[in-house]
Amino acid sequence: MAYNSLTVPLIMMSMFWGLMGFLVPWFIPKRPNQGVIISMLVTCSVCCYLFWLIAILAQLNPLFGPQVNNETIQYLKYHWP
Amino acid sequence: MGSLFRSESMCLAQLFLQAGTAYECLSALGERGLVQFRDLNQSVSSFQRKFVGEMKRCEELERILAYLVQEINKADIPLPEGETSPPAPPLKQVLEMQEQLQKLEVELREVTKNKEKLRKNLLELIEYTHMLRVTKTFVKRNVEFEPTYEEFPPLENDSLLDYSCMQRLGAKLGFVSGLINQGKVEAFEKMLWRVCKGYTIVTYAELDEPLEDPETGEVIKWYVFLISFWGEQIGYKVKKICDCYHCHIYPYPNTAEERKEIQEGLNTRIQDLYTVLHKTEDYLRQVLCKAAESVYSRVIQVRKMKAIYHMLNMCSFDVTNKCLIAEVWCPEADLQELRRALEDGSRESGATIPSFMNTIPTKETPPTLIRTNKFTEGFQNIVDAYGVGSYREVNPALFTIITFPFLFAVMFGDFGHGFVMFLFALLLVLNENHPRLNQSQEIMRMFFDGRYILLLMGLFSVYTGLIYNDCFSKSVNIFGSGWNVSAMYSSSHATKEHKKMVLWNDSVVRHNKVLQLDPSVPGVFQGPYPFGIDPIWNLATNRLTFLNSFKMKMSVILGIIHMTFGVTLGIFNHLHFRKKFNIYLVSIPELLFMLCIFGYLIFMIVYKWLVYSAETSRVAPSILIEFINMFLFPASETIGLYPGKSGYTLVRKDSEEEVSLLGSQDIEEGHNQMEDGCREVTNEEFNFGEILMTQVIHSIEYCLGCISNTASYLRLWALSLAHAQLSDVLWAMLMRVGLRVDTTYGVLLLLPVIAFFVILTVFILLIMEGLSAFLHAIRLHWVEFQNKFYTGAGTKFVPFSFSLLPSKFHNNDLA
Repeated sequence: MAYNSLTVPLIMMSMFWGLMGFLVPWFIPKRPNQGVIISMLVTCSVCCYLFWLIAILAQLNPLFGPQVNNETIQYLKYHWP
Repeated sequence: MGSLFRSESMCLAQLFLQAGTAYECLSALGERGLVQFRDLNQSVSSFQRKFVGEMKRCEELERILAYLVQEINKADIPLPEGETSPPAPPLKQVLEMQEQLQKLEVELREVTKNKEKLRKNLLELIEYTHMLRVTKTFVKRNVEFEPTYEEFPPLENDSLLDYSCMQRLGAKLGFVSGLINQGKVEAFEKMLWRVCKGYTIVTYAELDEPLEDPETGEVIKWYVFLISFWGEQIGYKVKKICDCYHCHIYPYPNTAEERKEIQEGLNTRIQDLYTVLHKTEDYLRQVLCKAAESVYSRVIQVRKMKAIYHMLNMCSFDVTNKCLIAEVWCPEADLQELRRALEDGSRESGATIPSFMNTIPTKETPPTLIRTNKFTEGFQNIVDAYGVGSYREVNPALFTIITFPFLFAVMFGDFGHGFVMFLFALLLVLNENHPRLNQSQEIMRMFFDGRYILLLMGLFSVYTGLIYNDCFSKSVNIFGSGWNVSAMYSSSHATKEHKKMVLWNDSVVRHNKVLQLDPSVPGVFQGPYPFGIDPIWNLATNRLTFLNSFKMKMSVILGIIHMTFGVTLGIFNHLHFRKKFNIYLVSIPELLFMLCIFGYLIFMIVYKWLVYSAETSRVAPSILIEFINMFLFPASETIGLYPGKSGYTLVRKDSEEEVSLLGSQDIEEGHNQMEDGCREVTNEEFNFGEILMTQVIHSIEYCLGCISNTASYLRLWALSLAHAQLSDVLWAMLMRVGLRVDTTYGVLLLLPVIAFFVILTVFILLIMEGLSAFLHAIRLHWVEFQNKFYTGAGTKFVPFSFSLLPSKFHNNDLA
């Protein structure tokens, strides 16, 4: 289980999109377009947060690993930490 | 929610326009663009309406103005277009304008006719001069000719061939001279030979400079000819042949003095004509210039006048025949301004009795008005292209603003391409006031109108590109990959653990072309990549295996959420139209059906992601098979996803179908029986059979539709796969080839390669793929999303407004 490195990104993204979707709408000034802007903010936060969440949950517990060329393996062994 | 959520409420108003003030009131209404007129005289043909005479007058004025514009354009005089459009002219000015224009037209026509006549005259004179000049040389030349005609033997010995000579011969010699078209010379000569059998001598010479033909106006080459003949009969024949060939005949002078006299006379006449022609052209130009200053405002004024009379034709007269009655649809928010406009109009016309209005109740469906600004207009157009919303129903455009670019971006997801699209759209948006962009036609106009859509699409594509970790088909490693290769080597682990795992060492790596990392080995997988897809997958050969699984599940999840949202919007509709029973009998069963089956699918997906990992991967069940088994009840109970799940959803599903099928019909029938008594406008007989059929069809459609629509969302996966693969192929075929070449030739090769890469990226990946993803995103919205709640059977509110009339000068508009 790789939950350790999930918590930090999860908290950060949830806070960011939560702010965008729940907090900022209260501060939009009362102009004729207020409704449009608020619904745009909420929809955008929901969509983007969901998309990111799906991407990270799908990689949380991989059932198989990547198949790599042997040259690439040697490169990765020395160049990636 | 702003007015974009629902269309505005309308009311039907009756306007009572006094006969004297009707024109001004309508002018005031047209300037403001508030209301839509209803045609009260639909049964009357357009020739029998009240204001036919005025319309005819307007059209006459339009015709004169069109002629004026044509003449002005022919003379290449610039036509200034004013910035503000002038108001419709008051009736007193109209007669004056009409007189002015008619006088102007008559004058113009006369001057142009005179000019044409003068020009023709001038051309003829010029031709005569040329002819005289050239034939002068003929007579002398004939002396040097070898005799070609045997019929003329006695004349060989003569030194001069002229009239006196021929007179000695006693023959009656005649001359016909003139000009003939270059193309007809050969045929003309042959014809003369055949007809006159050699009793004529034809001499001709080409004119050096081409002259203008006075009839057709084209510039062609002419031949001057001189026919000498004798005998009256021959003379007639020659003249007839000349007529046939459209020659321009001019009298041939008999003596040299005559010729000189004629030539001098001609010269003076030509000079005079030139001066007169110049003066005429100057005068014409002056007249046109003066007219050009006011033509534009006149055109606009006449257009507005015509529009007002067109609307007045739709009104009906009341009983006393003094007052015009108009029925208009007016948004309730604008009623105050409508009253003010009527007051303004009455005041301007100086009438004692003002026009007024009052609202009348109606059972007809008003047109739909949704106020948009330049940003929301594009998205509203996308929704309206499918169908204008029914009166007061929920408007999907409000949510489409974000979901449409988002679904596009899911299919297009590439950081680099998205960024280019964003820059292009930014360029369009920042220059939207540039006049050339505003007046562009066709394809450029489409891009310009959709600039805000393009902007959002580009922005979201950048975001999804970052999550797919795809930038021109390459991944970026910002946070450090979660996969560690060196942990797969046996040297990284204590020896006692070697027994349980398959590990590598250098020789294993050298001898196997491809090796797979094993996440169950400790240390290989250190955690998910915090933002998006891990960059190691770009280097892997089994990249698609992972991505396909990820993208398919993502598409299904997004699709089900989108559709559930659509059903939820339907609840708002039911609430607004006071059909609460519909919520309990239609929306709730629909929601339950969707969520219990497909929501359960989402639950299974997420559960499998969270619970099953590399250790348990051998026993991880396939979600698809589980899902199908839920419906099929297989004989052998396979291991469920979690213990004890097998039957529950089936019970829910069956019960919902029952409820939705029958329930809403029962209540619908009960409700309608109550309403039967108060139905006036629409005399529908309440038909149980009909309602039953519609509901059955709706239920079946919904249930089957859920499955097919969910599968339809898999296009999100398909298109993003296609885009990624195209991008990859382009890179592999072009850039990699260019980058692998040695440095000596590399630079020379790399430049055209990069140019080619850029061109293909723009045309194939941006334009073609962009259009494709755009189309599919539209389809997902129109069909899968909107058929959950949207009827779209309304008509658009088209107000009577002068701003909707064409305001630019296009000559075809005036015709």
